[in-house]
Amino acid sequence: MEHEITLVVNGAARRVRVPARRLLSDCLRHDLGLTGTHVGCEHGVCGCCTVLLDGEPVRSCLTFAVSVDGREITTVEGLAGPGGMSPVQRAFGECHALQCGFCTPGFLCTVTALLRDNPSPTEEEVVEGISGNLCRCTGYQNIVKAVHRAAELIAEEGR
Amino acid sequence: MKPPPFEYHAPRDLDEALRILAGVRGKVLAGGQSLIPMLNMRLAAPAHLVDITRVASLDALERTREGVRVGAAVTHARAEREGGHPLLTRALRLVAHPVIRNRGTVVGSLVHADPAAELPAVLAVLGGSVRLARWDGARGQVRDVPAHEFFVGPMESAAGPDELAVSAFFPALDERTGHAFHEVARRHGDYALAGVCAVVTLGEDGGVAAARVACVGVGPAPVVADLTGAGAGDWALAAAALSRRVEPEDDIHATAAYRRHLVAVLAERALKEAAGLAERASKEAAGGA
Repeated sequence: MEHEITLVVNGAARRVRVPARRLLSDCLRHDLGLTGTHVGCEHGVCGCCTVLLDGEPVRSCLTFAVSVDGREITTVEGLAGPGGMSPVQRAFGECHALQCGFCTPGFLCTVTALLRDNPSPTEEEVVEGISGNLCRCTGYQNIVKAVHRAAELIAEEGR
Repeated sequence: MKPPPFEYHAPRDLDEALRILAGVRGKVLAGGQSLIPMLNMRLAAPAHLVDITRVASLDALERTREGVRVGAAVTHARAEREGGHPLLTRALRLVAHPVIRNRGTVVGSLVHADPAAELPAVLAVLGGSVRLARWDGARGQVRDVPAHEFFVGPMESAAGPDELAVSAFFPALDERTGHAFHEVARRHGDYALAGVCAVVTLGEDGGVAAARVACVGVGPAPVVADLTGAGAGDWALAAAALSRRVEPEDDIHATAAYRRHLVAVLAERALKEAAGLAERASKEAAGGA
């Protein structure tokens, strides 16, 4: 049986018919064509599929699309503003916090929420905050630097 | 992999949820952070899923002098923010990762009953309970199951297939009480190889009035032990005796012997820290009086 649901994705209401078993990650990628959200392990370990659900980071591979009918979702495609890339995105570029880029959408969503809730995190809070996202290229050092840099950019631009 | 097909139910109130569970062979879906991985890996294939997150009455988090009652739809993240129970809050920070805790639920972790999970140990060491509800044909019937009867075995709780765990009750800590939760995991956020949760209460004379621990990862369910009087105040001795009582198993992550060793080390740390905090709480209580 299919379900007709409405998701507000990156600010736009999208109506879509999905079977109950459709994961939010697949709904975003296959039904809505938003392939920025990546799917790695598909059981909640790698964090690549992290999106913001009503502003909170969640695993889209551990969420059924039908169960979030009517709610707001922000994917990596929705992080940039009208003026260009978001501070978190720019900091990742500036600090060379990505290599192959597969994990990056998940990190960007996680870090965007992390810095909104805690604008100047300590080293420990950054490491704890990104502990649910795996990166196989960078060794994390530059990702941690990028989080601090993003915090600086947000603080500067907020003035 | 992708989850197998199922029929989805999204009841709006508790009676409707109970009626559906009474009528179909299905599973309850709350946060889904344990259930959906099992579906994705095809370890489970329920024909029906009953999503309880739209049942408003299950979203309650009640704090009283007696303790905290957590509704079935309350996420780990919300309980961590608003729960107000120091041991529960501390244990929640050890549950998976913040992103998982944004969706996962406290009651879901209890019903999932993973023997390496933190929250069953917290409920067990505090002597808490889980409230189960079922439809008897005319109305919803509830029963409260104490923690020591609730955790039946690995991934098995006392909740029947037609029952819904509507809430869990975590009793408040007594005065002059300290708590601690120590665990060792291969990576932060993973299920622990072993862990020990301790609660120590001092008497007015400063002696140990009660000391209880619950161990995770070293048995089919949380292993609860009353260590009041054990080791005669020597926590290392009490912890060593405890480690000889648990019966861990070997698996690919660690040997039984290593897990037993961890219980001794972690229990000593947890008991010492809990006793230290209890001492501080006693001084504060005396100072405030």
